[in-house]
Amino acid sequence: MTMQTLPRRLGVAVVTAAIVWFLSIKLNTFRDYQIAEVATEVTAVAGLTVLTGLSGQISLGNGAFMAIGGYTTALLLMHLNWPFFAALVASAAAAAAAGAIVGVAAARLRGPYLAGATLMLGVALPSVAYAWPGVFGGDQGLNVAFTTPAFLGATFPLTRWQAWVSTAVALVTLVLLANLCYSRIGRNWRAVRDDEVAAALDGVNVAVTRILAFVVSAVCAGLAGSLLAIVTSLVAPGAFTITLSISLLTAAVIGGLGSLPGALWGSLVIVLVPTYVTDVATSHGLSSSVGSNIPIAAYGVVLILVMLIFPQGIQGGLRRLLTAFTGPDPKTRTRHDASAAHVTPSADDASASQHEKEGTS
Amino acid sequence: MKRTHRLRWQAAAIMTVAALAVAACSSSSSTSSSAGSSSSSSSSALTASAPGITPTQILIGSHQPLTGPAAPGYSEIAPASAAYFAYVNAHGGVYGRKIVYKYLNDAYDPTTTASDVRQLVLQDNVYALFDGLGTPTHLAAISFLNSEKVPDVFVASGCECWNQPTTYPETFGWQIDYVREGKILGQYVKQHFAGKKVAFFYQDDEFGMDGVKGLDDEIPASMVVSKQSYVDTNVNIAPQVAALRASGAQVVVSFSIPAFTALLKLNSLKLGYSPTLVVSNVGSDAITLSGLLESFAKQGGATVNGNQLTNGIITDGYLPTLGSTSNSWIALFSKIHQQYDPKAPFDGNVLYGEAVAYTFVQSMLKAGRNPTRADLVSAIQAGLPQGPAVAPYAYSATDHSGITGAYMGVIKNGALVQEGPVLTTDASASGPITTYTGTEQQAPASGIPSP
Repeated sequence: MTMQTLPRRLGVAVVTAAIVWFLSIKLNTFRDYQIAEVATEVTAVAGLTVLTGLSGQISLGNGAFMAIGGYTTALLLMHLNWPFFAALVASAAAAAAAGAIVGVAAARLRGPYLAGATLMLGVALPSVAYAWPGVFGGDQGLNVAFTTPAFLGATFPLTRWQAWVSTAVALVTLVLLANLCYSRIGRNWRAVRDDEVAAALDGVNVAVTRILAFVVSAVCAGLAGSLLAIVTSLVAPGAFTITLSISLLTAAVIGGLGSLPGALWGSLVIVLVPTYVTDVATSHGLSSSVGSNIPIAAYGVVLILVMLIFPQGIQGGLRRLLTAFTGPDPKTRTRHDASAAHVTPSADDASASQHEKEGTS
Repeated sequence: MKRTHRLRWQAAAIMTVAALAVAACSSSSSTSSSAGSSSSSSSSALTASAPGITPTQILIGSHQPLTGPAAPGYSEIAPASAAYFAYVNAHGGVYGRKIVYKYLNDAYDPTTTASDVRQLVLQDNVYALFDGLGTPTHLAAISFLNSEKVPDVFVASGCECWNQPTTYPETFGWQIDYVREGKILGQYVKQHFAGKKVAFFYQDDEFGMDGVKGLDDEIPASMVVSKQSYVDTNVNIAPQVAALRASGAQVVVSFSIPAFTALLKLNSLKLGYSPTLVVSNVGSDAITLSGLLESFAKQGGATVNGNQLTNGIITDGYLPTLGSTSNSWIALFSKIHQQYDPKAPFDGNVLYGEAVAYTFVQSMLKAGRNPTRADLVSAIQAGLPQGPAVAPYAYSATDHSGITGAYMGVIKNGALVQEGPVLTTDASASGPITTYTGTEQQAPASGIPSP
């Protein structure tokens, strides 16, 4: 994060909104759909990157919180005809409640044990839909009716409206998260992450701090689940498999753990790379058995390359490139350390600048 | 610092596991295919009469499981359809237009299907969605396609849900629906296994439940000792098979995709349990099953003879049997297969892909020289000639289900052998099952339907 004050953050959000608005008008309706997909992904990844990067807890179960948000929205829209924004808030609340319960358990677990417990949640919860097919529609899931509002006219493309709504939600979420990260709560998270004993001695309530991080991350996932429901017009257990939870964490790591702009880069990679690689594979006339497996391979290659070249993710890499051009800025440096940054000094930087030199020579 | 350092390594380790898991699970991808060249364009001008239609080509799209749990067997279908289209394109096309068939991989995951179908319709501007495969997957696409008024023809699934002309006017089924199929299988079980204990094994979705509905219409509840279901994301079906064995069922009727038919067989074998298997058409292709049985057994460190294990499986069929080489359809499709898709085995999936592609060309020719999207729907609703199917289609303005009947058969030495006549019925509980007396059509000598 390079912004410090609320007006600057709001400014960036407004500029981003304007860019998205412009793109959504200029590009075709399928690109609008992809914008909506990216915005949905960003909302979930931002919550996770804060949880993992700032409070130091790993979750492989955020897909389950998305399922809670998605099903809450679907049920409220279907049975009670709630307006979408009310359903969105209710979805966030439902996910928050679930996050608090899981957070209590999570606060006692560390490292791989926490990963294991949240993994279980991610695997088990979507199966609840099979247990009560009458309520949740079983494997077939629930259809979500979401239409463009009347004032936009009958010919306004639905995907553009979906892009606008999800981008708005994503931006509001990001601004709120940015404020939270630089508030006392954010500082407590980092304190607990770096050393629990020291934080406790300083008067930080470690358990509450950790639980709160889980709740915040679950709220983001719940919002994202709600968006996913209206974007795909469907909630079904097949949409919330463990693959989803893992792809969220992957996006957070690729983008740069703990970095909100990184959440955007990671989401762009996760959403766009498969489509792009597919198009390339198609245009080279690969056979279907090869072509259909190329995106999986590309995904693995991107992951490995990012981890090798930019251990702090894309955002970390960008920052380093910026530093290479402008020279070290002590002020940026400090902020950087305090926020995202699991900067393990010198070694990484040395090897990375070596890479850069190799790249440019 | 030490702590954060460790955290990063943990994250990296989990990422590695994640990469492997994701690689094993799913992806999204596409393949498109076009071949041959269009020839003569004679009389009145060909126009761009609808999205996806230009004077030189017809662009259609599909979502197919090219990877993932449903890929074994089913991934052969779209290339087989593309092979038939290539044949048509090389022989003049449809009124001189080439058919370009773009099918995207959804890995049998409904969210990916939703995205694939939007890409095809909104970005690629396909004229129609053709043969979208799978019940849970296509359900994620159906309301979008109908709201965009895109013809959604010949869904590759026997769910009764495609036949809702008032709610989904654009959607048409093709293969015999699972309720009809369940009734025909059920009648066979009732007649041939009177006094035996019967159990059901089915996929826990519309596919399996429709099948069970048909079975329940015919098999008296007193005969049924157990009903076990599975979900396609969990390959551990040992508990279900143990329950089947414990119920003492002598006959197991299975509505399963090929991978799970194979798992059912192998799990039973492990428990020394060998009931008579009655399997729905979609899960019983002999060549696919045999290959799956051998590869699954190999993964478990055992060697089995696939053809030996499939021997005696009772199933049904709605296309001619692959072994009947004198049948004009088999001769035609086998010839096209050898020319355009020789790498795949000529099995039930390939036959399916070519036959459904034939039906699409039939309906495009009926839709006229410069068809709109609505013309295609009207053409199908006006009824289609029987073509390669063994029983007539049900298509009308009030009925969007496809083939209305099937014959019973047994797998012998790796091939399906027809036993008894073609039976037709409807999807209602009380509708009678009757022997079909009409004659099958012969394949046209040119291999292309006449307009």
